[in-house]
Amino acid sequence: MFKRLPDTQGAAVAVTIDGEPFNAREGDSVAAALLAAGRSYCRETPVTGAKRAPYCMMGVCFDCLVTVDGIGNRQGCLTRVEDGMRIETQHGKREARA
Amino acid sequence: MTAMPLPKDHYDVVIIGAGPAGLAAAAVAGKAGLSTLVLDENAQPGGQIFRAITSTPVQRRDILGDDYWRGENLVAETRAGGAVIVQGATVWSLDRDLQIAVSLLGQSQIVKARRVIIATGALERPFPIPGWTLPGVMTVGAGQTLLKSSGLVPDGKVVLAGTGPLLWLYAAQVLRAGGAIDAILDTTPRGNYWRALPYALPFLMSPYRAKGLALMREVKRKVRVVSNVTSLAALGGDKLDAVAFSAGGAEQKIAADTLLLHQGVVPNVNLANAAGVAHRWDERQLCWVPVLDADGNTSVPGIAIAGDGAGIGGALAAAERGRIAAVAAVEALAPGKKSLTPDRSELSNTLRRAELGRAFLDVLFQPAQQFRLPEGDTIVCRCEEVSAARIKETIALGTEGPNQLKAFLRCGMGPCQGRLCGLTVTEMIAQARGMSPDAVGYYRLRPPVKPIALKELASMPHSEQDEKAVVRG
Ligand code: FES
Repeated sequence: MFKRLPDTQGAAVAVTIDGEPFNAREGDSVAAALLAAGRSYCRETPVTGAKRAPYCMMGVCFDCLVTVDGIGNRQGCLTRVEDGMRIETQHGKREARA
Repeated sequence: MTAMPLPKDHYDVVIIGAGPAGLAAAAVAGKAGLSTLVLDENAQPGGQIFRAITSTPVQRRDILGDDYWRGENLVAETRAGGAVIVQGATVWSLDRDLQIAVSLLGQSQIVKARRVIIATGALERPFPIPGWTLPGVMTVGAGQTLLKSSGLVPDGKVVLAGTGPLLWLYAAQVLRAGGAIDAILDTTPRGNYWRALPYALPFLMSPYRAKGLALMREVKRKVRVVSNVTSLAALGGDKLDAVAFSAGGAEQKIAADTLLLHQGVVPNVNLANAAGVAHRWDERQLCWVPVLDADGNTSVPGIAIAGDGAGIGGALAAAERGRIAAVAAVEALAPGKKSLTPDRSELSNTLRRAELGRAFLDVLFQPAQQFRLPEGDTIVCRCEEVSAARIKETIALGTEGPNQLKAFLRCGMGPCQGRLCGLTVTEMIAQARGMSPDAVGYYRLRPPVKPIALKELASMPHSEQDEKAVVRG
């Protein structure tokens, strides 16, 4: 769980996370927005279905894979939020990779 | 962020990475009049250490500290030098003909360079403990990225565990920002203090000493610090609930919502490795480092490496190594412009000063064996979920090296391409077979070094030569 520092600058960016509206901040990555929104995980692994959340935040581990505007397996930590963006966590075993 | 495709398809110098080394190299090359392109994967320049330096929402400058804000000058200097900096550009192939395949806005293209400087920096060393894949467990570097880019600090019950300067720096930054940390579990092995002693003198003369001690004092005043932690496990079902550890022979457990792990950084070797650059095992830093000459030139003509990707030296050393590699590029491509570059011997002197004390830090913060060589069900390969036990069994069957292991178990075959298991696997084989890591070797990597969608590959504009660049790597 993460919280925003009280004096954080930057405009709100309206996104949806699994359909629910959330105000991210300008400069947030998708992964940061998920953590700020209190999402405890963003995907399930294709092998055993274990839940995973962003781990490295620098594009290395690929545990932050999410669906962004309908496109699956985007690296959430390398994708910046934009107004109106639809972010979806990835469920199911292999389904997300099809 | 530059949102257009690349303005040209050939440059004198292409620099990969816009951290301290890449930016400093670009400033020198650009100022000397070489056409210079910087390709960087992130949304903003700065790399990890100066992450979000041009955009951070963290207003109070004391939170991130002076060493961070120094990055502002570096970015300004680079921009003034005339280099083209392209953000959001993922390089996925580099070959011996100095052709670079880069993915930008979902499209791939090929750029040709006369010289390449790889400045892809470092990543945090794998920290394979039980439960390190649970949601709620992240790296300290990840926590710091969230702070720098988004002004986020961990909430709830927060535990930091591991060893190394970044752990203390981040803890201090969180505290200054008004965040709270419940405990720091320090895994620095007690014996390291003795082993580091022979290297102490240069460290005592370096700026690291005063800064490091002040940071630790600042943190220890506010946080419970448990030293000499010899085992660690993250516990929980679908997410982290608690951290179990032992210290001084006693087992303990503390509730936790967030566990941030760190045991040093290691060079990010994937791109260089896939380009065929020779590497060697560094016994002191316990990782692969490229084999380089004093200018940063690799075994592949025309490719140099600067910054922490050349061996861990920290931000100041990284910038100097970037400048040195760029001066070498100017000498090779435009000797007449040499007068526009900084004095080479002065750069070497500054580099030497910046590296003072590094050997002491390397040995002092060398992670303990049990945190590098996991056992039992502990996951080694996060992507393919391969446990230590399965790797050990397979090694016992007579597996010779990491590549054979990869073929059997798929470890290192997932999207991270061994970045989070490669070192562990090499060391596990070395231990089991009584060989040196150098003799065991590493995964042989091939492009693409980052996963690229098939349709992106198919839609690349390609001549026969381009195709060769992709296929052969
Ligand atoms: S969090 Fe590791 S790749 Fe995004």
